[in-house]
Amino acid sequence: MTTPDLQVDSLVKRFADYRAVAELSFSVERGSFFSILGPSGCGKTTLLRMIAGFITPDSGDIRIGGRSMQAVAPNRRPVNMVFQQLALFPMMSVGENVAFGLARRGMAKTERATRAAAMLERVGLGGAAHKRVDELSGGQRQRVAIARSLVLEPTLLLLDEPLGALDLKLREHMKIELKQLQAAFGTTFVYITHDQSEALVLSDHVAVMNHGRFEQRGTPQDLYYEPATAFVAGFVGANNRIAGRVAGSFGDIAEVATAQGWVVRARKSGAVAPGAAVEAFVRPEVAVLERDAELLPQEHPRHAGAVQSLLFDGANSAVLLTEEKSRFEFRVALPQTGRFADLKVGERVYFSFDPGRALCFATRDAARG
Amino acid sequence: MAEALAQRLWQRRLMLALLLAPALLWLFALIVLPHIDLALLSFRERSAPRHYQPSLTQYRTFFGEPLYWHIFVRTAVISAVATALTLLIAFPIAWVITKVAQGRASAFLFIVCLIPFWVSETVRALGWLILLRESGVLPALLVKLGITAVPVELLYHDATILTGLVYTSLLFMVVPLVSSLESLDNSLIEAAYDLGANGFAILRDIVIPHAAPGITAGCIVVFMLTLGNYLTPNLLGGKNSQWFTELIYTQFIVRFNWEQGAAFGFLLLALSTTMVALGLRLSGQRFVDVMRRS
Repeated sequence: MTTPDLQVDSLVKRFADYRAVAELSFSVERGSFFSILGPSGCGKTTLLRMIAGFITPDSGDIRIGGRSMQAVAPNRRPVNMVFQQLALFPMMSVGENVAFGLARRGMAKTERATRAAAMLERVGLGGAAHKRVDELSGGQRQRVAIARSLVLEPTLLLLDEPLGALDLKLREHMKIELKQLQAAFGTTFVYITHDQSEALVLSDHVAVMNHGRFEQRGTPQDLYYEPATAFVAGFVGANNRIAGRVAGSFGDIAEVATAQGWVVRARKSGAVAPGAAVEAFVRPEVAVLERDAELLPQEHPRHAGAVQSLLFDGANSAVLLTEEKSRFEFRVALPQTGRFADLKVGERVYFSFDPGRALCFATRDAARG
Repeated sequence: MAEALAQRLWQRRLMLALLLAPALLWLFALIVLPHIDLALLSFRERSAPRHYQPSLTQYRTFFGEPLYWHIFVRTAVISAVATALTLLIAFPIAWVITKVAQGRASAFLFIVCLIPFWVSETVRALGWLILLRESGVLPALLVKLGITAVPVELLYHDATILTGLVYTSLLFMVVPLVSSLESLDNSLIEAAYDLGANGFAILRDIVIPHAAPGITAGCIVVFMLTLGNYLTPNLLGGKNSQWFTELIYTQFIVRFNWEQGAAFGFLLLALSTTMVALGLRLSGQRFVDVMRRS
């Protein structure tokens, strides 16, 4: 087993009375794509800036390639960062931008020009070395920013929401490109984002961060299908969140009753005591929709509702229902066959879901939020 | 249709002309007219009472008299040194205001730079006199500290003139530097640091190229103000100051030789124009860009 490229041991950072990063420990394997996913203010930027060396931790250690980074300045760390706004140097040409780090290492001018040109070639920008930064498109700038870091062959490449500034179409395209670049170079990427789709598509492993801690670490599939906490279930992917109390229990299935009297069944995750406040999560694609209640699977409880609004989005189309008894708003994904293309607002429909594929968590006390 | 369009176009031109009128009038009445008159004055010579003829005598006198030459070059050199010193002092100040101090502290520092300018230049120069004259505060302090045996005269040296000029010019350098450093994205500095640059390389490759228009604008303004300053060199340098503007003053007011004074005025204008052009050429910038970006 090789040493992980990044090891973080009980890292702590406080700002005044607010704990940005709380006793965090994790490691990232060589050559993997690791994402830290979290809402803004969860501490992920602080964490990344501590790894880059721009912020000094209050306690704990960061080891990169096995070497402790305490007392190592950012310009001496084997780490490079792709900034959110890219931070390309406007006073230099594209080639000079890429060669900047090499020049700082004292490499001769011709040698670094050759290397920069070769690197630009690898990211698909061959011949752009003489161009000005503002002559490039958003996607091209992105590639220059990555090339500028990768040319230094860092142990670790840090990416601070680099796709945030791009428009949607380009963002989708750059997601694929980033993944391919990472595979081609084999460099360890540590990527932070608040966009769950970016994290799921790109990463080998994702850590979901909240209030300075990791809620869960795992593969994108783990996070999506087996969220460990209510926060992860709510943050990763779309989910119907149903708050209520445990009314009954059948093995690992709990019966959850909402305050309005709607009763649903979901699999217990962790300790769920009878009568305790819980949150159940049902993914829109887990639920099945039918116009005739008899066509729904016999073995699962059936629910009735009225169509409140139709959310057409091609393959991601869904319908927002109002549950009959409780007026609870419930989202159901529409099958891609177009079978419900003629659904009307106000129409009465039936739905059910496999309780084994829905999850319920004990509600955390407010103090831990 | 076409007529209406033409009329609208004419109206817009009239509007523009009216808006520009005060500025143009001011330029014409206070700058162009006097300079035309001065130019005419400088190219004539009195042949008999109330009788003048065109001549180059005024300029010939300047080139033929070593004292005038000496003062001319001396003024240029001291102004250039004062500009360089002002830049060296103002740059760290502007850096602290824009990049180190946060929020209110930054505004406070800027106001501290501004406060001396609430007082008139004369009063400020007199303040220096109180501090530096032989019976003044600083010489007395030096004696008390045992650095000098008797009070020394700190006025009337070139260093005194330089100090006064730098002090007077500081704000005019700080303002353009602050505005050009403010637009420097901090992430550029961090990116350079991240890519392995040390402080010196960041300053040389990132900060100075970015701030170049502000540096140039500040230098131009300070150099022109210093070159044309009359009060500070005169009060702090006394008889030794040998400042070119004093020469002009003498010709106009003391000797009533307006022709000679006008010629000196034009030579000073030529000097400042040449120096600014030279500075722009050396730093590879265009005047229009500098004035627009800073």
